[in-house]
Amino acid sequence: MPDKDNDIVVCRCEEITLGEIREWIARGYDSLEELKRVIRVGMGPCQGRGCRDIVIREICKMTGKSYEEVAPGTFRPPTKPVKLGLIKSEEVE
Amino acid sequence: MQTTEILVIGGGPAGLSAALEAASLGADVTVLDSDLKLGGQLIKQTHKFFGSKAEYAGTRGFEIANFLFDEIEKYKTLGKLKVFTNTTATGYYKEDGVVSYMVGEEKYGRIKPQKLVFATGAQERLIPFVNNDMPGVYGAGAIQTLMNVYGIVPGEKVLMIGAGNIGLIVSYQLMQAGIKIAGIVEAMPKIGGYWVHAAKIRRLGVPIYLQHTIKEALGNNVVEGAVIQEVNNCFQPVGDPMEVECDTICLAVGLTPTCELLWSAGCEMKFVPQLCGYVARRDPMMRTSHPDIWVAGDAAGIEEASAAMVEGRIAGLSAVASLNHVSQETFYDRSAEYHQRLENLRAGEVGEKIRSGLSCVCCKQWG
Repeated sequence: MPDKDNDIVVCRCEEITLGEIREWIARGYDSLEELKRVIRVGMGPCQGRGCRDIVIREICKMTGKSYEEVAPGTFRPPTKPVKLGLIKSEEVE
Repeated sequence: MQTTEILVIGGGPAGLSAALEAASLGADVTVLDSDLKLGGQLIKQTHKFFGSKAEYAGTRGFEIANFLFDEIEKYKTLGKLKVFTNTTATGYYKEDGVVSYMVGEEKYGRIKPQKLVFATGAQERLIPFVNNDMPGVYGAGAIQTLMNVYGIVPGEKVLMIGAGNIGLIVSYQLMQAGIKIAGIVEAMPKIGGYWVHAAKIRRLGVPIYLQHTIKEALGNNVVEGAVIQEVNNCFQPVGDPMEVECDTICLAVGLTPTCELLWSAGCEMKFVPQLCGYVARRDPMMRTSHPDIWVAGDAAGIEEASAAMVEGRIAGLSAVASLNHVSQETFYDRSAEYHQRLENLRAGEVGEKIRSGLSCVCCKQWG
């Protein structure tokens, strides 16, 4: 029976579904860093704000790891998309 | 580049309290807030606060925000405090301690503070279910903003997901605005919020489905209903799915601390379920492992606004003291008062979860 849950869009920025995430975890990509690299989950404009927690919980369910055993990835600026032109236009005193 | 003695990131209850405390001690303070209006969640809280007189008991949240705004205006006039709204802190660069910010999406700048208070608040959790990206699915914060700030109702019949205090309070506020509540769905076997809120809602005949979860939002282009299902103690679905008629689904499934900047600053972080996510380790004065950075409010662990305001006071006091602007006597007097107030707020059974969470992240002092 097809699991309807697989169609749920987990990462809205990059349009990654729960099914894709489950598939790649099953292939052994069971850390957030690896999933970011292979399917770009959490790599869009919101930088994982909306999906990080759901992806980590899915990794926990499939691997039996506890939440704190799954590293939440690296946090880098900016926290919100900034146009490069804006950075260039900054007034330097 | 701009400079300031104390930079407070976030103008909610914690951040404003930190800024006021620091300004009252003579420091030069700057506040950044990403929203158009200061006050954070307080400006949409129409319910009365609990607790003691010192913590504004009996006063509605938005009225507390107004008290804070009056004080903010006073220090702005004195030239000790600068406030920038619609301004998002976009990064903290640990190499040189510079904070970058963006005003709306039109202007970019940088500021170099001597000390920082991160009072970045919380963000709403989202749960995965089929069609959860359909129009008509809202976070509880968004519904409170629509109704209590802009006077707009989200729909006619709302299914509430989550029976914590936010789910219960927002359900009641929706009913006050003439909107039907189709039911409240809660995965846990008992109501998470205060009984006084739950009782008001039950008396009005709203069903509360304990040990249930939402499986699917129904509808073609917008929400026209929902499917809920009973779950067992391991949250596995059991029993038959049930359809509920509604045009709006409101998610009140919890908050998690907003801590991207703390991570990128290299603060020691720890996952603490009782505080609802990763939080910075801190000493009793709210100083993190980074000697120039303090935390306060929901960013330091999900609690409520009264405690957030006292934590803000403590962080502001300690940050200014680190600049040698405070006499020892003032420091000890104020610190003792604030810690006593926090202890009162966290006393008894309701404070148990917070107390056990804090015991995992608080250290006596940084070595």
